[in-house]
Amino acid sequence: MVCGGTGCRDLESEAILESLKLEVEANALENDIQVVRTGCFGLCSLGPIVKIMPDDVVYFKVKHGDAREIVEEHVIKGKKVERLLLKDPVNNKSLVSSAEMNGFKKQLRIVLRNCGVIDPENIEESIAHNGYEALGKVLTEMTPDDTIKVIKDSGLRGRGGGGFPTGIKWEIARKNKADQKYVVCNADEGDPGAFMDRSVLEGDPHAVLEAMAICGYCIEADKGLIYIRAEYPLAVARLKTAISQAREYGLLGKNIMGTGFSFDIEIRYGAGAFVCGEETALIHSMEGLRGEPTVKPPFPAEAGFRGKPTNVNNVETFACVSPIILKGADWFAGIGTARSKGTKVFALAGKINNVGLIEVPMGTTLRDVIFEIGGGIRNGKKFKAAQTGGPSGGCLTEKHLDTPIDFDNLIAAGSMMGSGGLIVMDEDDCMVSVAKFFLDFTVEESCGKCSPCRIGNKRLHELLDHITKGKGTLADLDRLRNMSLVIKDTSLCGLGQSSPNPVLSTLDNFRDEYVAHVTAKKCPAGKCRDLMEYFIIAENCVGCTACARVCPVNAITGQRKEPHVINPSICIKCGACKEKCKFDAIIVQ
Amino acid sequence: MKTIKSPADLRNFKEEILAKMYGSGSAMKGKVRIRVHSGTSGLASGAKEILDFIVLELEKRNIDAVVIKTGDLGYSFAEPTIEVTRPDEEPVVFGNVDKLKADEIIEKYIKNGEYIDGILPVNYKTII
Repeated sequence: MVCGGTGCRDLESEAILESLKLEVEANALENDIQVVRTGCFGLCSLGPIVKIMPDDVVYFKVKHGDAREIVEEHVIKGKKVERLLLKDPVNNKSLVSSAEMNGFKKQLRIVLRNCGVIDPENIEESIAHNGYEALGKVLTEMTPDDTIKVIKDSGLRGRGGGGFPTGIKWEIARKNKADQKYVVCNADEGDPGAFMDRSVLEGDPHAVLEAMAICGYCIEADKGLIYIRAEYPLAVARLKTAISQAREYGLLGKNIMGTGFSFDIEIRYGAGAFVCGEETALIHSMEGLRGEPTVKPPFPAEAGFRGKPTNVNNVETFACVSPIILKGADWFAGIGTARSKGTKVFALAGKINNVGLIEVPMGTTLRDVIFEIGGGIRNGKKFKAAQTGGPSGGCLTEKHLDTPIDFDNLIAAGSMMGSGGLIVMDEDDCMVSVAKFFLDFTVEESCGKCSPCRIGNKRLHELLDHITKGKGTLADLDRLRNMSLVIKDTSLCGLGQSSPNPVLSTLDNFRDEYVAHVTAKKCPAGKCRDLMEYFIIAENCVGCTACARVCPVNAITGQRKEPHVINPSICIKCGACKEKCKFDAIIVQ
Repeated sequence: MKTIKSPADLRNFKEEILAKMYGSGSAMKGKVRIRVHSGTSGLASGAKEILDFIVLELEKRNIDAVVIKTGDLGYSFAEPTIEVTRPDEEPVVFGNVDKLKADEIIEKYIKNGEYIDGILPVNYKTII
């Protein structure tokens, strides 16, 4: 098996594949040996990778000249090619099988443990994979206080964005006495580009139901609500099936597993407003009111849904709970960094090769995420920035590549964990436009209740729009910063308090680009249409008239067989002429 | 249908299911298992079609296998993905499966255990 991932292909893995095939044929082994191309191994810095099955031997940094040795030594004589094996950095022993290489795998799946493994519509498969075992253990062997202590000791922090310690949240909700309390699961995943919650609900809904019941036992609630956006029809359908199956089996409802504890779960739908991911807005939306946040305190743990103490946790947070109960707080606390424990799921999107969901221990570096697991930047372009935390976060640049990713480091870098969307940008992306794109989103999603967010973000957006159109001045950059800081300080909820983050972090990290936009009126990445100009290089133009014919606004004039000219006042910068020109005579500036 | 009356009951039931699924005496044990990853990403790329195709073709070609519909594996860049586990072998995941590929997987890998292009290596550890 030869890795055919983009990273390895850049290092001529195709040539290795061909040489291996030739060697196999030369030795007349084609009936016994197959040479096949695989997807990415997620270890791109050690590529190209060749794996021999069924021996389960993996070779690294293979060159196509190594093909003969691999075939002659390994395949025919059965001897391993030592020099191509991976060495254990500790004792310099060669690592052979993929099992021994486990330590080199960057991903660890806790939240996604059952996704893609079990049939989410069959509770028996979930039970076969330890489903509801943690609930059974908690109900019979542990008191609520014991359980909260385990969660606290594990160091689990909220995965929805804020990173508040989950155990403490549960403890506060437990301490507030009331006749009725609620457990709410926040499945209103609104970050553009993030879809880990959806995947968990679609792949392993029982993990969330079980954890909600455990939480209910801890805070003495008998009612659970899942707030999910109606745009996730499949997740909704699978949740409904899961809830009804759990009820049938006596794992939800009255007297769960004969222990006297009762807990039931209902689904509430959201209309997909970003602000409803904020817990107070979410609760209002569930009560049938407008999805607007209110000032905290009172926190939901004191007066939440219908004025009763309510504990709100995110899907991914809940999905961590059962393994912590079964494997213990120490196990979970042993993963990750000093103040961020466990793993985090990231949704890789943007200009990256292996788009998708990954789960890595906290503290994994951005470099590992992008260049190993993610398979590097698409089309071999240069990495420019990665946006974490979606529209509430900031961008990380090349200088942050080796920073371990955890809650605190991201905040120190001017970004935030958010729900784990990670959008990768390459050299072709204009950072001013990126900031404008995220503000587009927040302006659209602002609920309008408080003025800093409603009016301030709109003004920020206007300023950015001016800059991308070449109408900005240097003073605008200071204005952007000042206004951003005021919006952050004075907004009512998390949406407004974090919405200027993309502006601030791009200003900090890519000030040059802003300056180029306002002084030279140029967009270095060539993205801002209003700052571009199309030119015809007279020496290259043969006067074929192809460009003039394709131009939709007749901006190109010139005689046949004579160099043509573009009239910039008519040109709409559609780029059609550049595409049509066979002589590279048209350039963009 | 069964009502679980105690945590001990749950454990017994789990053993029962495991025995049914993987136990030495079970009819399921000697069968090939095919997981079609059908979350939103998978379905959007055509996982449903592949699932139907595989079920139909297995029947036509008289291959006794278990087809399971699961959530997504997270390999969005290679959807639809399917995972094939031959009896007593490690599971193998195939990416970018279309009908042609599915046919090749059935003919070569499921029937004879021959590897084909498009295998996605497991690049993660898991807690199970």
